[in-house]
Amino acid sequence: MAGVAVSTTINGDTIEYLCQPDETLLDVLRDRLGLTGAKEGCGTGDCGACSVILDDRLVCSCLVLGAEAEGRRIETVEGMAQGDKLHPLQQKFLEHAALQCGICTPGFLIAAKDLLAKNPDPTEEEIRFGLAGNLCRCTGYDKIVRAVQDAAIVMKGA
Amino acid sequence: MNFDPRFSGRKFASVGTRPIRPDGVDKVTGRARYGADFNMAGQLVGRVLRSPHAHAKIRKIDTSKAEALAGVKAVITAKDLPDLTDGDAAMYDILDNCMARTKALYDGHAVAAVAAIDAHTARQALKLIVVDYEVLPHVTDVDEAMQHHAPLINDTVFTEGLEEKPVKPSNVTKRSQFGHGDVHQGFGHADFIVERSFKTEQTHQGYIEPHACVANVSSDGTADLWVCTQGHFVYRQHCAQLLGMEASKLRVTSSEIGGGFGGKTHVWAEPVALALSRKAGRPVKLVMTRDEVFRASGPTSATSIDVKIGARKDGTITAAEATLRYSAGPYAGSWAEIGAMTAFACYRLDNVKTVGFEVLVNRPKTAAYRAPSAPMAAFAVESAVDELAKELGMDPVEFRIRNAAQEGTRSSYGPVYGPIGIGPTLEAVKAHAHMKAPLKVNQGRGMACGFWFNFGGQTCVDLNIGMDGSVSLAVGTVDVGGSRASLSLVAAEELGIDYAQLKAVVADTSSLGYNDMTDGSRGTFSSSMATISAARNAIKILRERAAQMWDIAVDDVVWEQGHAVAKGEKHGNLGKLSLKEIAAKSGTTGGPIAGHSELVADGAGVSFATHICDVEVDPETGATRVIRYTVVQDAGKAVHPTYVEGQYQGGAAQGIGWALNEEYIYGKDGRLQNAGFLDYRIPVCSDLPMIDTQILEIPNPNHPYGVRGVGETSIVPPLAAIANAVSNAAGVRMTHIPMSPPRILAAIEAEREG
Repeated sequence: MAGVAVSTTINGDTIEYLCQPDETLLDVLRDRLGLTGAKEGCGTGDCGACSVILDDRLVCSCLVLGAEAEGRRIETVEGMAQGDKLHPLQQKFLEHAALQCGICTPGFLIAAKDLLAKNPDPTEEEIRFGLAGNLCRCTGYDKIVRAVQDAAIVMKGA
Repeated sequence: MNFDPRFSGRKFASVGTRPIRPDGVDKVTGRARYGADFNMAGQLVGRVLRSPHAHAKIRKIDTSKAEALAGVKAVITAKDLPDLTDGDAAMYDILDNCMARTKALYDGHAVAAVAAIDAHTARQALKLIVVDYEVLPHVTDVDEAMQHHAPLINDTVFTEGLEEKPVKPSNVTKRSQFGHGDVHQGFGHADFIVERSFKTEQTHQGYIEPHACVANVSSDGTADLWVCTQGHFVYRQHCAQLLGMEASKLRVTSSEIGGGFGGKTHVWAEPVALALSRKAGRPVKLVMTRDEVFRASGPTSATSIDVKIGARKDGTITAAEATLRYSAGPYAGSWAEIGAMTAFACYRLDNVKTVGFEVLVNRPKTAAYRAPSAPMAAFAVESAVDELAKELGMDPVEFRIRNAAQEGTRSSYGPVYGPIGIGPTLEAVKAHAHMKAPLKVNQGRGMACGFWFNFGGQTCVDLNIGMDGSVSLAVGTVDVGGSRASLSLVAAEELGIDYAQLKAVVADTSSLGYNDMTDGSRGTFSSSMATISAARNAIKILRERAAQMWDIAVDDVVWEQGHAVAKGEKHGNLGKLSLKEIAAKSGTTGGPIAGHSELVADGAGVSFATHICDVEVDPETGATRVIRYTVVQDAGKAVHPTYVEGQYQGGAAQGIGWALNEEYIYGKDGRLQNAGFLDYRIPVCSDLPMIDTQILEIPNPNHPYGVRGVGETSIVPPLAAIANAVSNAAGVRMTHIPMSPPRILAAIEAEREG
């Protein structure tokens, strides 16, 4: 198979890569670019661990082809902190212990960032439905919801 | 130095606080490295070919075409993993499960594997392997497998534990019995007797991270294995034995682990990855797909349980009896035995008898799942207890309080209890506002109790003090949910220093002595005990060094709040020496300062919880929503209370999924029909309410700080608590888990039709 040349923007940087036509964006991020923050929990779009933001839209990167990223903008968990300053969601996830094993955390952070960008003042129910595409098996979601609520307050004040 | 593990009441400075975990920043920035996040130069991609049949003889495997495919570097079958188990039946089962030898025993059983230059080539290669199967009759249901006419899964299995040795092989591997007194006589004294039968379906731990490893076998006979596991020392032992290596030649590094819940206590694909690497002469990365995780790692047992409980009019239980049948997959385990031990552990009973039957079926090998075997037994018993309370006209909480086990009670499985938390959790529930909250139409409330043994085991810790006074703590229990934070708190407490002065890591198998797995809720219990011991050993050296620096007798030096202090009037003007000051001089006072500990952490305190649950059942659709949930559990001492709450909430959420949704669904062909998160639906955020927690602290007398394990008990009560709530809401007793909408509708309709 011939590789496809792709030029895209990831976390603000212009990135170029060659990928196979059947390769997912998740595989490109993880295996070609070394961005292993996005995780593969299922490969079928059911768990959300591979969530990234593609041109302001929350997607499962396992359901996007690497070739489709041409000319697009991608945000991953690696781009959330500014230098050594954590994003408020990252800080609140730590303070609330909203992670136990942490494998789902990058996906939740990205999904929550997308949620708060579109709805800066969500109700608990809106948070619960907004994050329903991400599976967590450790926490029972209680502390995740509280962390997002707390981050929303901080971000509104910013 | 002799270490005294007994509880001593003390005031805590660090323990009980809630700092940010030391591995936290890496986990929120995507930098933490899990099983699949590690790569080596020259690494190949490994993939496994799996049986499409539930039960089949493997006549022949032709790998020649796959081997001839460009880019394929190794193809292996059972021949490449010769039997080196030397009569060890348990190890042979592990070997056979990793790669089927003569028969495929379940849909998903590994039969061959390849290593190739990329995933695409590896997938192509699997398609070129030709397996000649002779399909055999299969059985996947636990009750059917016990029938005399059921297909026999292993003709060398003769039921153990029967009075007379059986003459014919059977799918029942073992009968086990527990109890005391005379149940026949006890039932004779009962005014009311409830007798019910229950079923629970098979569920999976559902960790979000699939099994993943990178194996690198060198031609000099040494090897490295990077793997997500709950127990890298155990993985080393098993892999070394199966591969014919010396354990010390195999270094296993545990990656960050993306959930395990018991499912990562067994080797699955790791010996296969090592065998591929050995044959190919290159590193091999092997990551399971989600489909493989469901089909070929270890779910929990499906069960069928009969319970009979009798009580006098005054509410005293006179006898309790249960027969418990647990599926084990195709290999013997001890799942029914554990279920039979836990079933009535919450109660003070004069006459109790439980009998467990372990049953082979053509399903994946059963693995531990958080308090393995206990939730199903608790579901059956606690449902029957609720029914009996109803018959007696007693409040279900009062009825349980009246019969709850206490300190000094002989447990249903044998030992006599020390100080325990079942009574206090029940009293806390009785007083909880949740119990008094009003319910609306179609809503019901349920409560239930749960028990788990907890475990201690072999444990090893190194505590090294740097010349700058900072402290590194190397532990050998894999951190599955925040234990590096709790162990750092314990070390800070003991040394009298700040939490930020410490850094805890999980050491690899070549850097620390043997540790049992993180299972049995032992991580914080056992490693904190070893940490305390290691810290006390370090303090002894710190005192010696201070004495040397002051040139006084070591007996005159005590350790107080992170400082060496000279005691006695004659040393009045010596002041204090901080850990940092002593460490700075260590190069000239005798070299590096460290504390080590190797111990068997005995005396894990048993754990009890009581849960309350409110549900709303839609009588039109049978759909159930959990609208309020409260967990009350004894932690002994909560070292990091936020992570203790997290364990309570997580177990409850898994129990809710088990109770309402999750189940393995097999077709008539014996194949798993829902091997993915779309069709095997674990609870999502919008399915659940907040989960309230109340931590009780009844100190464990066998731990210096009173710590008990907290990880597992929280999954024991939910099945029963929710079943009791649903039964109260729907007006009909639910006896089959999960209580999916069709099952609830069918029960409601059956009740209507009388």
